[in-house]
Amino acid sequence: MLNTLVKLTDLHAHYGLSHVLHGVNLEIKRGETVGLMGRNGMGKTTLIKCLLGLVSISSGEIQFREQNTKTLPTHTLARGGIAYVPEGRGIFKNLSVKENLILAARSGFEGRIEWTYDRVLDSFPRLKERLMHGGQQLSGGEQQMLSIGRALLTNPDLLILDEATEGLAPLIAQDIWGIIKVVQESGISALIVDKNFKAVSKISNRCVVMVKGKIVFDDVSPKLIEHPEALKNWLGV
Amino acid sequence: MDAFAIFIQAMNGIQYGLLLFLVASGLTLIFGIMGVINIAHGSFYMIGAYLAWSLMGWLENFWFGLFVGVAAAFLLGLVLEWMFIRFLYDRDHLQQVLVTYGLILIFSELRSVIWGDDVHSVAIPALLDGSIQLTENLAYPIYRLWLSGVCVVIAILMYFGIQHTRLGMMIRAGESDREMTKALGINIGLVYRFIFALGVSLAAFSGMISAPISSVFPGMGSQVLIVSFVVVVIGGLGSIKGAMVAALLVGLIDTFGKVMSLDIFGINIFPEMAGMSIFALMALILIFRPQGIFGKEY
Ligand SMILES: Nc1ncnc2c1ncn2[C@@H]1O[C@H](COP(=O)(O)OP(=O)(O)OP(=O)(O)O)[C@@H](O)[C@H]1O
Ligand SMILES: [Mg+2]
Repeated sequence: MLNTLVKLTDLHAHYGLSHVLHGVNLEIKRGETVGLMGRNGMGKTTLIKCLLGLVSISSGEIQFREQNTKTLPTHTLARGGIAYVPEGRGIFKNLSVKENLILAARSGFEGRIEWTYDRVLDSFPRLKERLMHGGQQLSGGEQQMLSIGRALLTNPDLLILDEATEGLAPLIAQDIWGIIKVVQESGISALIVDKNFKAVSKISNRCVVMVKGKIVFDDVSPKLIEHPEALKNWLGV
Repeated sequence: MDAFAIFIQAMNGIQYGLLLFLVASGLTLIFGIMGVINIAHGSFYMIGAYLAWSLMGWLENFWFGLFVGVAAAFLLGLVLEWMFIRFLYDRDHLQQVLVTYGLILIFSELRSVIWGDDVHSVAIPALLDGSIQLTENLAYPIYRLWLSGVCVVIAILMYFGIQHTRLGMMIRAGESDREMTKALGINIGLVYRFIFALGVSLAAFSGMISAPISSVFPGMGSQVLIVSFVVVVIGGLGSIKGAMVAALLVGLIDTFGKVMSLDIFGINIFPEMAGMSIFALMALILIFRPQGIFGKEY
């Protein structure tokens, strides 16, 4: 059952002339949670955007469900089961909370429906009280809850969270990790970027560390903690 | 002017304003939603009027002609978006203006080849011919009333569509964060193609329904384009509400300006002033409230 959902092979990407990804190899299996770490500007967000077709790759290959995604537009990839919680949350500010949710709601790949509007509201009771508020009236934590709830409503097979708890108060961050745990237990694969390396390594099956557009570490999470000197170099912790 | 004459002129001003709204709303939507400055918008108005003239001639039925014309304009919009406009979304405004200026030249030449350069007129459909008697010696044409009614209905539908339909949600979402909209699985390109075609149909429809009360002539596209731009700037780029308020304002100013008279040294200065005053209003808005009356809210 642990077959591959996503496979990146020797991925290169550029912004204009600047070479940002230098041959990335990465695999995400079904049901697996992968933590992606690295200092600022190392290329984590770029990697995610390539995966979603939001940044075009210069060379290499991306496979999703064993299919090359080269010619697939972003919305097709999303419909194939990838959901995205971007850094900065990506809330539609001119839509109400409710509209943000119902716009996203649909059945997943092959018609599967696990997350419904009601289930999302039950998981995020704070959103229930704010349904008619505009997206811009929410606190940071509420925005992140909305962004995650919205992503789940697309009933994905892979949930991508970029900077999952950035800028959130510790208690709110804990809520978010709790939700990620629930998502994980429901069998959805996840790719999680966060600066909190302890929380990431605790929740992930595998940790991946990026330095200057290359992956320098890729192994089961407990192994990462055995390398304090490397952690200092790669992550500055 | 007595009270009745003022009333009639106010009705005319409102009717002209509503028609302007119909043209300007397409312009402001395409700018507000897709960020494209489409100066070929007036050409679609012109095409609509010429279509009305030939279709009414062939089909001998105003309503059927209207239907066929709007459908043809919609198809034209789909094709143009696919061929040209979709490449302009991420370009700067200068390139958008250049490409759509190219479209103006193409359509103007095509019009000359297909329809010639003559001025034509279109008959008012029999059903709406006639006037409503207001007083013994004042009457108002039914067709103009109908035209105003249609514009109001379309304005309401448009507002409702943006605020309360799924398509409207997609449009607003795309405006707020295009990447995120795609990442939720929405084919925003298709939404934009539809909106552009809708804008083209609206402009052509305006040209068609205005044909019976004005004449059909080669320069009508650029004339309406300029006034529509004034409306869009006054109302706020991208704002439907703003386009409505500004269109009514411009319609009333223009209409009253043309009938008022004020002699200075024996010359009636008002008609000229009216033409100028809407541009003066635009200049004032640009200086003191550059985002327009309503900014960028729908
Ligand atoms: N749109 C862009 N145009 C040009 N350069 C960019 C763009 N986005 C990112 N970069 C550059 O690409 C590199 C990688 O950026 P990226 O956002 O992928 O890093 P990151 O690992 O997500 O960093 P952070 O932890 O700050 O989010 C950085 O040097 C950044 O400056
Ligand atoms: Mg980043």
